[in-house]
Amino acid sequence: MATMIADTRSVWVRESLTIWRDPFSLIFSLIQPLVFLGLFGPLLSGVAGEGDLGGSSLQWFLPGVVVMITMFGTSMVGANLQYELMTGAFERILATPLSRAALLVGRALKELTPLVVQAAIITLVAVPFGFDLYPGHIALGLLLLGVFGVGVGSLSYALAIAARKSEWIFWAVQQTLLFPLLILSGMMLPLETGPEWMRVISKVNPLTYMVEAERVLFTGHVSVEVLWGVLAAGATAVVGLAVGIRAVTRTDF
Amino acid sequence: MIHTEQLTRTFRVGKETIDAVRQVDLDVAAGELVAFLGPNGAGKSTTLKMLTSLLAPTSGTARVAGLDVTADPAGVRQRIGYIGQKPGAGHSYRVWDELLLQGRFYGLSKSEAARRSHELVTSLALEGMEMRKVSTLSGGQQRRLDIALGLIHSPGLLFLDEPSTGMDPQNRANLWEHIMRLRERHGTTIVLTTHYLEEADSMAERVVVIDHGRIIADDTAARLKAKQAGDRITVTVGTRDVPRAREVAERAGEVTGTVSGTVTLRTEFGDRVLPSLLAALANDQVSVEAATLHQPTLDDVFLNLTGRSLREGADA
Repeated sequence: MATMIADTRSVWVRESLTIWRDPFSLIFSLIQPLVFLGLFGPLLSGVAGEGDLGGSSLQWFLPGVVVMITMFGTSMVGANLQYELMTGAFERILATPLSRAALLVGRALKELTPLVVQAAIITLVAVPFGFDLYPGHIALGLLLLGVFGVGVGSLSYALAIAARKSEWIFWAVQQTLLFPLLILSGMMLPLETGPEWMRVISKVNPLTYMVEAERVLFTGHVSVEVLWGVLAAGATAVVGLAVGIRAVTRTDF
Repeated sequence: MIHTEQLTRTFRVGKETIDAVRQVDLDVAAGELVAFLGPNGAGKSTTLKMLTSLLAPTSGTARVAGLDVTADPAGVRQRIGYIGQKPGAGHSYRVWDELLLQGRFYGLSKSEAARRSHELVTSLALEGMEMRKVSTLSGGQQRRLDIALGLIHSPGLLFLDEPSTGMDPQNRANLWEHIMRLRERHGTTIVLTTHYLEEADSMAERVVVIDHGRIIADDTAARLKAKQAGDRITVTVGTRDVPRAREVAERAGEVTGTVSGTVTLRTEFGDRVLPSLLAALANDQVSVEAATLHQPTLDDVFLNLTGRSLREGADA
């Protein structure tokens, strides 16, 4: 276990170096969710969804944005792996004694690190506009997203390995899955007014439970929705890691 | 250092099963320098990947550096160094960052990783490059960095997969200089794959010839050439002297032909046979007009073993 933590830390440090050595990319990634919040949020005030958890549309919409940037970031894990798969860097690291799980978790955590900063900034920016701040609940929400993100990152990692011979396949699959998953989680627009089939699909979408859990937590509550979120995050992490480790150990590179 | 029994790897491509490596039995002792020689697709790299625990064997076993590759892959990886075919350093990273982190990946402490990085930068002539981005290094410098990365934890056994492919002769010579020095200083056991005949011939002490997933010959280059191909001596004498020359030659080796005043014989160690043959001919009053010695290459060995040439561009 101590080795696993040390290994994860080493992988995380290596991946994060790309940010420290070129911090401009981080600044850019901080602006993006703000733009999204600023442009999308006002349009929502008139739409249904508020009232459920009591409060402004921000209270409803902001957790969705946080989940969305988690998905954007962690589904990109494989994209950052693609270049190293083409050169010998991936194989070189694979030939070290690093734990296979650490390879996956370390890379996912790198994508999750900026998320903490991004979430903090958009939350603080939202406060003057009537957003009620519950730091403890938000921290718990981010932790939950971290577990979920490890699963999504590992799946993205496995996808990059599967598509290592033609990289466009990675993008095709990632883009094809990402947006339907986001929309069918009720993250951007509430699904209550949507057709029946959409609501049925959303029930088997783990992201739905993440969004609902985050909405509860961001309003300072803890409920059964949070428990469902914990289960969805845990299941995604377990499945993601299993698929990812299998891809690493069973593939001939 | 290495002991394999019936090591086998098959791949499934669609409905077809491809036997990449078939029942390989191999022993490598500590301190040896072994080259796997064979054409592309012969199974050299697949064997290497199994020995480095990067690929699980379909059947058979392999013990590497005292550990079983299937039972304890991480333990094997801790004890060996592996330098793959393609450049291993991340392009957007600084040289020093990659070295230090590689040390951390092998469980070295920060100070130990820094000490080793410093040593390797010096011994592999990478001074002044520490803060440079890997992408700005020349091909030869990147290859030396690969070696440094593979040696960060001072492994007793080093695997190199096609280490000099695509390098110009000068960089190749330079690479070999570093490999040889490493051996001299630390007695490192080295196993490498190559499809360069000259490289296997001049550098390795032991050549393992692999074709279609099997080991078809395993010996020193000199002995392989002597046994599998043999030296060819051709002496030109006056037409009248041919029968007598043939008689003398038969005592020195296997006469393979007599054509218009020349006698050709096949023998091991032709360079030693030739002077005494000439002396014996002179003794029998045969005047020799010309004598040539043809020493075989490993390509002759491969040709003799498989009926095919290893030369690039030759028909497989």
